[in-house]
Amino acid sequence: MFLSMNWISDFVDLSGLDKLELINKFSLSTAEVENEIFHKGSDISGIVVAEIKSVEEHPESKKLHLLKVDAGDGELTDVVCGAPNVRVGMKTAFAKVGAKIGEIEITPRKLAGYTSNGMCCSEKEIGISDNHEGIMDITDDIPCGTDLKEVYEIDDIIFEVDNKSLTNRPDLWGHYGIAREFAAISGRELKPIPQADLSAYENLPKVDLKIEDPLCHRYSCLRFGNITTHKSPVNMRIRLFYCGMRALNFLADLTNYLMLEMGQPMHAFDSRKVEKIRVKRFDKPFTFKTLDGVDREIDENTLMICNDNTPVAIAGIMGGLDSEIVDDTTSLTLESATFDAASIRKSTVRLSHRTDASMRYEKSLDPEMTTVAVARFVNLLKEIDSGAQIISALTDEVAFKYDDVKLDFTKAFVDKYTGIEISNEQIVKTLKSLGFGVENDGDNFSVEVPSWRATKDVTIKADIIEEITRIYGYDNFDIHTAVVPVSPVRTQVEKSDEDRIKDILVKRYSMHELHSYVWAYYDDYKALGIEVEKNVELINATNPNIKTIRNSIIPTQLCQVKYNVGYDSDFKVFEIGRTVDGFKDDGLCDEQKKLAVTLYSKTKEMSELYFELRDILAVIADDIKHEKLSFEKAEATHSWQHPKNLNKMICAGKVIGEIGIANSVVSKNIDKKANIVFAEIDIKEFAKIKNAGISYSEPSKFPEIEIDLSFVSETYAPIAKAIENAKCELIKDVSVTDVYADESGKSITIRIIFAHPERTLTKEEVLSVVDTIVSELEGNSIKLKNGLPQ
Amino acid sequence: MSAKTQEVKQAFLDALSKIEKMEDLEKIRVEYTGKKGYVTELLKEMKSLSHEEKKTFGQEVNVLKNEVNDAISQKREELERKQIELENSLMPEFDISMPADLKRGSYHPITLVQRQCEEVFKSMGFAVEDYSEIVTDYECFEALNIPKDHPARDMQDTYYLENGQLLKSHTSAAQNAIYKKYKDALVNEGKAIKAIFPGRCFRNEATDACHENTFFQMEGVMVDKDISISNLIFFMKTMLSEVFQKDIKVRLRPGFFPFVEPGFELDISCLICGGEGCPSCKHSGWLELCPCGMIHPRVLEEGGIDPEEYTGFAFGLGLTRLAMMKYGVKDIRDLNSGSLKTLSQFTDDK
Repeated sequence: MFLSMNWISDFVDLSGLDKLELINKFSLSTAEVENEIFHKGSDISGIVVAEIKSVEEHPESKKLHLLKVDAGDGELTDVVCGAPNVRVGMKTAFAKVGAKIGEIEITPRKLAGYTSNGMCCSEKEIGISDNHEGIMDITDDIPCGTDLKEVYEIDDIIFEVDNKSLTNRPDLWGHYGIAREFAAISGRELKPIPQADLSAYENLPKVDLKIEDPLCHRYSCLRFGNITTHKSPVNMRIRLFYCGMRALNFLADLTNYLMLEMGQPMHAFDSRKVEKIRVKRFDKPFTFKTLDGVDREIDENTLMICNDNTPVAIAGIMGGLDSEIVDDTTSLTLESATFDAASIRKSTVRLSHRTDASMRYEKSLDPEMTTVAVARFVNLLKEIDSGAQIISALTDEVAFKYDDVKLDFTKAFVDKYTGIEISNEQIVKTLKSLGFGVENDGDNFSVEVPSWRATKDVTIKADIIEEITRIYGYDNFDIHTAVVPVSPVRTQVEKSDEDRIKDILVKRYSMHELHSYVWAYYDDYKALGIEVEKNVELINATNPNIKTIRNSIIPTQLCQVKYNVGYDSDFKVFEIGRTVDGFKDDGLCDEQKKLAVTLYSKTKEMSELYFELRDILAVIADDIKHEKLSFEKAEATHSWQHPKNLNKMICAGKVIGEIGIANSVVSKNIDKKANIVFAEIDIKEFAKIKNAGISYSEPSKFPEIEIDLSFVSETYAPIAKAIENAKCELIKDVSVTDVYADESGKSITIRIIFAHPERTLTKEEVLSVVDTIVSELEGNSIKLKNGLPQ
Repeated sequence: MSAKTQEVKQAFLDALSKIEKMEDLEKIRVEYTGKKGYVTELLKEMKSLSHEEKKTFGQEVNVLKNEVNDAISQKREELERKQIELENSLMPEFDISMPADLKRGSYHPITLVQRQCEEVFKSMGFAVEDYSEIVTDYECFEALNIPKDHPARDMQDTYYLENGQLLKSHTSAAQNAIYKKYKDALVNEGKAIKAIFPGRCFRNEATDACHENTFFQMEGVMVDKDISISNLIFFMKTMLSEVFQKDIKVRLRPGFFPFVEPGFELDISCLICGGEGCPSCKHSGWLELCPCGMIHPRVLEEGGIDPEEYTGFAFGLGLTRLAMMKYGVKDIRDLNSGSLKTLSQFTDDK
């Protein structure tokens, strides 16, 4: 919203104060002011009022005229002018030789053979409207030679306030409310709004008016006749233009002017079209043509202003074309009303039509303002068009009243909230300057919130704190730390697990951490041949490509691997992110946090890559929990999984995740020449595992015995199991030293190291343990390849 | 010296001078000082000499023997030295100017700035909390004093799920749970609530270089008996100075957020120009950084905390924005792109 310093100064005398400094204070105390401040008129000088005394056609140009103008110098000036609207006796804006318009300095200039000693200007050239159809047509009675700036408010400082910073302040949507803030900030007095005395018309007939729907809070109206002015005064048009509004006709301009001044939207109907004003909603949808000529679909939730049963305006949004003021309008009916804010906002969204009026209504306007605005309207109207007549009594129906808001608080409350010392006098002065009623008895305060702040904005004591402190100025705060008892703050296991996993993967394995989206991108999945599995769905995503929340990070990660093909021959990526596994019994989403890891390689064999990943996972379990991982074959259930080598990962008896190979179809779609393996771990499950800690055992000082055994076995698991079952404390280490496969089968050679902490072992006791292990394996048909060692 | 001895000595010296290899040296050592070597053989000639002569000759030969041994060890050292010199000369000069192979992993830039922030807050006694990404309407709005018809709850801004839950639109959605978690310790043990909760947030909007539907924030709260606006400004200034590792000026402006009262927009002095005014702060000298405020009494109440007795402040830092500012990332979409060309550059930053 654009604001005019001249307009503000109508209501508060800011003379002698630095305006830019005030605007900056306003930004810090009230609402955000955009950086660019416009110094209107500052680039214009030497423009005077001049009368055209004679007009001659240029002999060779169809467009140009040769004028003699009276610029108040005592003699006539020759001017060449191309404007089509020149006529003898017309007064216009004249830039004399030496005048400045922007960067241009006016000098005598030859135009098609004739010298022009100055320039007649359009309103656009002076910067007071966007009218460039002809030169300015001044109808006010002003002596020639008068500097235009003396009679018109061309000089002004215009600043823009971010509308978003005004959402909670319905009172700031007009210059008067802004002026109140400037008064409080500067310590100057706020002047009352000039109003006409409407009681004079009490005896006139009332307008037939009925609010039939509680969504209309208040409706005030008044009828006028005999309005003869059609064009708004120049200063009014300048203010409207500077504040971003196009001047239309006098009545439309006046309602807009009132809106920009008071924040109260108004609408003028042709009285012939609104004999019986009814405010209501309709049972059935219908089409309604608004005054911009657009047919709009009105549904049963949209509040309408009607002439009995005929809709004439969309309440709070826009008037209808049919009831608009037209050339033969002799009587108009002025509406000044308030409506339910949420209803207007919803209608605006439904109609996709936001107007200056609806923008204000959405903020919960003060219903007390409707009649004040009417009185101000009459005051302005009479000033401009003294012949205008009022032909009805003020008709005012109130369907809803906000409660009066009274708040009691103490000085101690202010001290506690602010943490600084603000005197009682200052509290009283600040609140009074903002229009609050204040009673102060010692350290007790009782405050009455003014109606324009009581619609939703100020309702509790903490709101009063804001009023006091923002005017006090946050820059003036003495700042200090809080004094609180100290106690240790432990990092939560899940958080530290996450951090450590990231460190291990990045630092030890040179992996790259990625982020992806929490939903499945249909197109990306499809390109890889990954099926989007049924899961929780978004109901309102604007992007049609996303709908289903992912149940695993792996497919999104595979899409990212595809994106990175060509980055390098080998790379490893990971992410800790969220997934959802349907709904829980209570109906809420079953959200999970997972670590996903994918290894991509063009140089390594599949088995090498697979075991590389397996070892990485084992290191994570060992480093963070000091636990071993075991694996259990799993059935592939997802389209991205290869049917083979999918294994469940078990840590401390808990299934914590899976390791697998990318499905061949998916893998080929990513890169025909690469091997891809992945793993996913449930972080919350992993975090639940207790850290077993380091278990130190003193190395034996006595000689160790190494025994090598070769078994004919397809897998290592039964061998490990047999060694574990032997439960022998003498076994210090077991390692696989060789795996050999030929036509006769696969053999695995292991080395067991035995040691006793206190003495030298005997071969017999070692062999007896070996015997136990071998016997168990032979019981499972796993034979020793080369017989027992001697 | 006898002619014989002289002869042997001369022959030895001649032979020695020609030696270039260790094995040849060993050969002449055996040749001269071995059991049948020339020097040893000389002693055999003593038989034919008189007692007096024997004594002189014996001494003479012993001197020669020592001389020969010394000369051999000297030669050995010389050969060894030459060998080392040879080996040294064979060692190639490496081209140290070759580029280093930095193949190493990378953290996501959000992880980096998040860790930097966490570090600062942990050092000031704040707990780091985590929260779910899918939350209820109550957590995201109701408990935060955002009424049913508030524009922030419009369908077009928030991703809603089929069961009525939603993807959290701000980290403030965790506030209620945090208050409930810590309120007993606050009331019974007098432990101030001090917590930060970084997390992923979602907005249902079209993406471009400046807008993302998925981004990170970090919320912080502090609640105790006498937490004031003065404390809020102090903490924000201190923390931000730590985060940016320079003395930061802060400026508060009124800002409206339903869950704080008073609410503020916090600006910091421009990191580029320090407040002088430059293109990156649009010549204002200030950067709008984070919304903050005193926790709204109703929000405390919803969290089970009596607002008459306790006050607190809350703030929300845009981690994504912070990461972009810190590393000069221009397109917000790069962060979720998964592009290794982009992300592999963020190796570590403590």
